[in-house]
Amino acid sequence: MIFNDFIFYALAAILLFAGIRVITTRNPVHAALHLVLAFFTAAGIWLLLEAEFLAIALVLVYVGAVMVLFLFVVMMLDINIDKLREGFWEYLPMAGTIGLLMAVEMVMVLSGKYFATSQVVSKTADYSNTAELGRVLYTDYLLPFELASVVLLVAIIAAIVLTLRDRQDNKSMNPSEQVLVKKQDRLRIVKMDAVVEAPRVEASAAEKDKS
Amino acid sequence: MTSISLSHYLVLGALLFAISVIGIFLNRKNVIILLMAIELMLLAVNLNFIAFSHYLNDIAGQVFVFFILTVAAAESAIGLAILVVLFRNLRTINVDDLDTLKG
Repeated sequence: MIFNDFIFYALAAILLFAGIRVITTRNPVHAALHLVLAFFTAAGIWLLLEAEFLAIALVLVYVGAVMVLFLFVVMMLDINIDKLREGFWEYLPMAGTIGLLMAVEMVMVLSGKYFATSQVVSKTADYSNTAELGRVLYTDYLLPFELASVVLLVAIIAAIVLTLRDRQDNKSMNPSEQVLVKKQDRLRIVKMDAVVEAPRVEASAAEKDKS
Repeated sequence: MTSISLSHYLVLGALLFAISVIGIFLNRKNVIILLMAIELMLLAVNLNFIAFSHYLNDIAGQVFVFFILTVAAAESAIGLAILVVLFRNLRTINVDDLDTLKG
């Protein structure tokens, strides 16, 4: 299975390269595009791990929605990159040391014999990752699944409420003000004398006499 | 069988996590890059979950990744909305300028 190994190492190299470019590039648009590359490559690695549904979901949700949102925001904001890059090289030695220490520690723990297992229970030909995930999601994890939908709803409402601007020149109606209107605000009752229409009646009577 | 073991994937996730920690240190003035580094961290965690799920033959790890994806999408949507409001009010996204709460 040398081909699988080759694919893993190639995807891992691309993933690490994209990750490094995300944090070191000058232009935020380039960073966002490299993040797209990182997500795409991660989806490939998830396919190697036989998590097909999540790999496709990662591409659709992240590359399709979240990263487009990122790109929109990056392009919408008019930011001064040089100001934001201040102290980049100043922090590099400390950041590099801490990151390297973290990486070395984690690698030392994770490359021990406890995680060296490479045998996998092979699935039958009619095994469907999506069907199995759906079965578990709609039975054992039904309540968390519903809660996740509530979280998404809250996120939608929060994002809209945060970015909503009250424009002064728009012609929309305010329903709460409409409902609170009293009769006195709209209707004015005026007292006035009754109108007398006597002459017109006499004229028609005179005409009748003539004929 | 393939010679790629569980620890290969875990080490890859650890390296990706370390890269994003370094990114948070380096770009601590730029909120957009900070959000991207957080997304990278979540990706590294998700990679660990899926690797364990594959090698231990337990679908629960993938369910957790599903929920993490949901929460991460919500988080980035709200984070970017806050960023847009911030820029609209202050005309900057420099973290050093966000000192209104200092008093």
